[in-house]
Amino acid sequence: MAEEKTPNSRPIIDVRGVWKRFGSAEVLKGIDLQIKKSEVTCIIGPSGSGKSTLLRCIAFLEEYSEGEIYIEGELLGFSLENGGRRRVSDAEVDRVRRNVGFVFQQFNLWPHMSALENVAMPLKLSRGMAREEAARRARAMLEKVGLGHRAQAYPSQLSGGQQQRVGIARALAMEPHIMLFDEPTSALDPELVGEVLQVMRDLASEGMTMAVVTHEMGFAAQVADTVMFIDHGIIAASGSPNEVFRENANPRLRQFLQNYFERNVFWQGSEGAAAP
Amino acid sequence: MFNTEIIVKSLPMLLQASVWTVVYSLTSVAIGFCIGTLMCAAGLSSSRLGRGVAAFYVSFFRGVPLLVQLLISYYCLPLIGLNVPSSVAAVGTLALCTGAYIAEILRGGFLGIPPGLIEAARMVGLSRAQILTRIEVPMAVRFTLPALVNETTMMVKASSLISVVGVLELTRLAQNIATSTFQPLEIYLTAGAIYFVINAVISSAGTLVEGRFKAETAR
Ligand SMILES: Nc1ncnc2c1ncn2[C@@H]1O[C@H](COP(=O)(O)OP(=O)(O)OP(=O)(O)O)[C@@H](O)[C@H]1O
Ligand SMILES: [Mg+2]
Repeated sequence: MAEEKTPNSRPIIDVRGVWKRFGSAEVLKGIDLQIKKSEVTCIIGPSGSGKSTLLRCIAFLEEYSEGEIYIEGELLGFSLENGGRRRVSDAEVDRVRRNVGFVFQQFNLWPHMSALENVAMPLKLSRGMAREEAARRARAMLEKVGLGHRAQAYPSQLSGGQQQRVGIARALAMEPHIMLFDEPTSALDPELVGEVLQVMRDLASEGMTMAVVTHEMGFAAQVADTVMFIDHGIIAASGSPNEVFRENANPRLRQFLQNYFERNVFWQGSEGAAAP
Repeated sequence: MFNTEIIVKSLPMLLQASVWTVVYSLTSVAIGFCIGTLMCAAGLSSSRLGRGVAAFYVSFFRGVPLLVQLLISYYCLPLIGLNVPSSVAAVGTLALCTGAYIAEILRGGFLGIPPGLIEAARMVGLSRAQILTRIEVPMAVRFTLPALVNETTMMVKASSLISVVGVLELTRLAQNIATSTFQPLEIYLTAGAIYFVINAVISSAGTLVEGRFKAETAR
């Protein structure tokens, strides 16, 4: 395809002036952002600032109230006509976001299916793959996340870290052009966080385009091309990890990072609660 | 005095009739399950019309005695020019009736499904119908299996009512034999025992399936 020869010509995700209201509560207040091919964008910010809402709007799990979201150039969820916008059909939404993968904080594996079925079933149903082919692809995806040996296990028989890796395999199997992660490690016991982050690092180094809402600042600092700090529904700071973590002087951002380091740096003296 | 000979003599006929009881009741539960699923989905949908239809359906079939429903369909269908065999009309009525109860049973199951599981299905491109059949129904059945098994045994018993619209099944045949032999006690005791065995088998099957479902969630 033409756009693959010029990968940076068009962002994969283009969010323009997006507002989201729940009743009278304004949760997103004019978000503009772009995510280009093979970029990793980490979204950080205090609890309740709107990070999940933003990611869910990009996946159209929430209808945004105002503005436009384009996925590879196509307007998501609405059609524009004589000045207004109209909600398109579910099938049309599915078509536009078919290259968007989503990984949930709570994994959301289907508990009545084995790990293999969790990955293979969508391939059969929404990609029309034959049984054997779907199973083969699913097995390959599970192997990729290090779970080939657990293919027959049901979600309840897997650890949280394993469940989340199945969740990643399920999304990857659809061959997405972008993967959205909403706090993929927040529901995990601390000792299980590493195995999931490692899978995500591998993905990033393979060139997967990713948007990751996370509280793992180490991951953001190492892997992100862009870090965005969301506060009260606006992007209050954005830039390279160096710019956001070291140089940006936004007082809300400094306070947020200060809190984070105080929570996480426990072996140094009080002076250790400073910059990374 | 108690006549065991008449029991032995009529048992083969009663067993044959009980096959019809099983066929009629399980068929109506199967059809009722499909109707119940659709009505349940409609009742929980965002469509006002769907919710209205489902609410009316459930309140009608739960509010009117099954016997009256059977009589209505028996006398009404010919009036509106539908000349279906009385067994078909009876099974249809049983299905509509149990469908209303199954819709209510499944509702609790549907409401217990974490919304994230549906969102995950949307994100891998499953259609609404695929989500219903592959995620929501299997999960709702797992949540509500004991109540569904109970409803099935209720329908086996309720199927005895279709004897009043002239459909031959276990109760009807028992009545026929009882009046012709003047040995009602022996015959009805036998019929009762057969119902009991049918429902014991259904309950055990339910327990078996429940055990299989449990294996999925066992750590
Ligand atoms: N469905 C909803 N209805 C009403 N309010 C909502 C809904 N979803 C989110 N909100 C509100 O929107 C705000 C932002 O929520 P969101 O989940 O996006 O925050 P977040 O940045 O992801 O926080 P956290 O780090 O705790 O996950 C919160 O105040 C929340 O109460
Ligand atoms: Mg969140």
